[in-house]
Amino acid sequence: MIQKKSKKGAVTALIACLVLLAAVILLENISLFLPAGSVPNVLKPTSQLFAVLKKGAVYSLAAVSMNLLNGFTGLFSLGQAGFMLLGAYTYAILSVPVADRAAVYYLYGGSAVNFSFQDMFGSLFGAEGLGGAVSLGLGVAISMVLAGCVAAAFAYLIGLPVLRLKSDYLAIATLGFAEIIKAVFQWQALGPVTNGANMIKSFPTFSSFNITRADGTVLLRLSTFFPFLVSTICIAIICLLINSTYGRAFKAIREDETAAEAMGINLAKHKMLSFCTSAFFAGVSGAMFAMFVTNAQAKVYTTTMTYEILLIVVIGGIGSVSGSVMATFLYVACSEWWLRFLDNETFLGGIQVPFLRAGFRMVVFSVVIMIVVLFFRRGLMGSRELPDLLKKRSRKEAAGS
Amino acid sequence: MEFAISVLISGISVGGQYALIAIGYTMVYGILRLINFAHGDVFMVAGLLGIYLSASLPLYLALPLVLLLTVALGFLIERAAYKPLRAAPRMSVMISAIGVSYLIQNTATYITGGQPMTYPTIPFLSDTVKIAGTSTKWVTILTPVLVLILVLALTQLIHHTKVGMAMRAVSKDFETAQLMGIRINTVISVTFIIGSALAAVGSMLYFTNFQAITPTAGALPGLRAFVAAVVGGIGSIPGAVVGAFIIGICENIIKSTQFTVFSDAGTFALLILILVLKPTGLFGEKVTDKV
Repeated sequence: MIQKKSKKGAVTALIACLVLLAAVILLENISLFLPAGSVPNVLKPTSQLFAVLKKGAVYSLAAVSMNLLNGFTGLFSLGQAGFMLLGAYTYAILSVPVADRAAVYYLYGGSAVNFSFQDMFGSLFGAEGLGGAVSLGLGVAISMVLAGCVAAAFAYLIGLPVLRLKSDYLAIATLGFAEIIKAVFQWQALGPVTNGANMIKSFPTFSSFNITRADGTVLLRLSTFFPFLVSTICIAIICLLINSTYGRAFKAIREDETAAEAMGINLAKHKMLSFCTSAFFAGVSGAMFAMFVTNAQAKVYTTTMTYEILLIVVIGGIGSVSGSVMATFLYVACSEWWLRFLDNETFLGGIQVPFLRAGFRMVVFSVVIMIVVLFFRRGLMGSRELPDLLKKRSRKEAAGS
Repeated sequence: MEFAISVLISGISVGGQYALIAIGYTMVYGILRLINFAHGDVFMVAGLLGIYLSASLPLYLALPLVLLLTVALGFLIERAAYKPLRAAPRMSVMISAIGVSYLIQNTATYITGGQPMTYPTIPFLSDTVKIAGTSTKWVTILTPVLVLILVLALTQLIHHTKVGMAMRAVSKDFETAQLMGIRINTVISVTFIIGSALAAVGSMLYFTNFQAITPTAGALPGLRAFVAAVVGGIGSIPGAVVGAFIIGICENIIKSTQFTVFSDAGTFALLILILVLKPTGLFGEKVTDKV
């Protein structure tokens, strides 16, 4: 999330991340400590706030991984939704408990994949209490890593022919691949694995991470903390990659391919590395998206989803990680929460406010996006990062005093 | 045999409708080097306009008005969303196109309430006719004929008029054309006007066959038409037409087998094959990159 230039910077970044995570835990659990009557609506676990935070965490990882490819390497790819779909399905297939498989795959007479990591670890550590928590954590973690790996492996195969293409041809080819993947996952013949066009459900979701007492009341909520934790770790890894020699090579490729090649950068290798890394994290965020919506269904991962993430990246500033993250939360909060009132028919003093009815929110929203695209082409942050802003301000203050 | 003929006929008909959209893509790409992602949505809006106008006006007034309004929309999109970005990197313009597409789809959802709308039946076009033992609609037979007439007219326009010559010059070299005193903004506007008009005609033919219009109804035909333009060699009008017929026929053949799910996947697989094996398409000119 924050560019690390020196050791001091790295420590500050680490502390900032820890503070953020602690704040999320606190925010989520504050309703448990306050007396029942005095909890403000915003802080109740069912509040829009937490839905926004969860979705924001999921989308910010997707946006940053897209930014790695589009912003830092200059490869304009529109395959994001396809990789998220791969991640979501891999995660879902590997983590539906064996006991529930017959119910989920009832149309195909049971699943072809008859194990789940959670059950495997459950038989090792026990399925209840602390052992249950460990097996849940390990199972989910391994499934998510595999989700990323499957997406990256597909990206490798897709990249072999496609990465030779330039700008808009690359965009349309990756878009095509996303459509093909979507069609394959809806194919009836693969039903025993992918459940055809039906959704896969009843795998562990974010709320599985809430720690509950034996009677079912919640002891500690971690359902918002979990996506934040995963996204923070993944985004930190992406930041480290961007600041490594590989990252510099990516930027060189973005600025000028021919010059980069002349400087001895292996174009094919670096493009492939960027493409696969981006797909890996898109896969992880896809797995988290499946956990967020509590099901995996191929028809959700449309090109519109890719466009949405692309627009987030543009709003945040192409080539800025912290910009992407901030834009994601802004975008998700506006579309899911703050602009909701535009969709409701409202009466002011007995007169109906014109235009306000279902769908108006998205119209206003897309007009705002067009304004950003046309007039604020650098987005929120341009290619700067959050620390750059702070540094500039402190320098200005020093000069002023 | 009858089955094969009916598949072939509907393939050719759909192909013709894609061709009308594909010409819009290929002309814009030829001149601006831009994938106009909003073109499919212009096509959808033309369909919606057809529904709303024919509800209150007689058809002989409504259809020309649809044509006129669609042209106005295409012109407006170019002026509002692409012209300010003429000096910007290509990626910005493409993002702007995606933004326009998003805006049109959301506006359409707002106006229609997201419900599928039914296209009015145009008399004569929707009447059935029997050909080689299979019954089909008149529109199926008229489409290829109409496409051929329009394409011939268009090639005449491009090769034998002043504006056509200017278009060819701009697509060869944007900057030099400008230096030679060609008003590129006019040329680009004319391109968008022609593209939108053809998309409007295409929408009338297409939606007589597939009557339900949803706000996203334009996206997929638009993408298929774009693929057709790439297959034929982007920038080439005959290429776009041939590509569209290939795509239309392939799609209908796949749809007639048990692999219906893969009808779009097949289209994209064809796209990727073409891009990898012959990136310039069937009729495209070879371009070498200069540093």
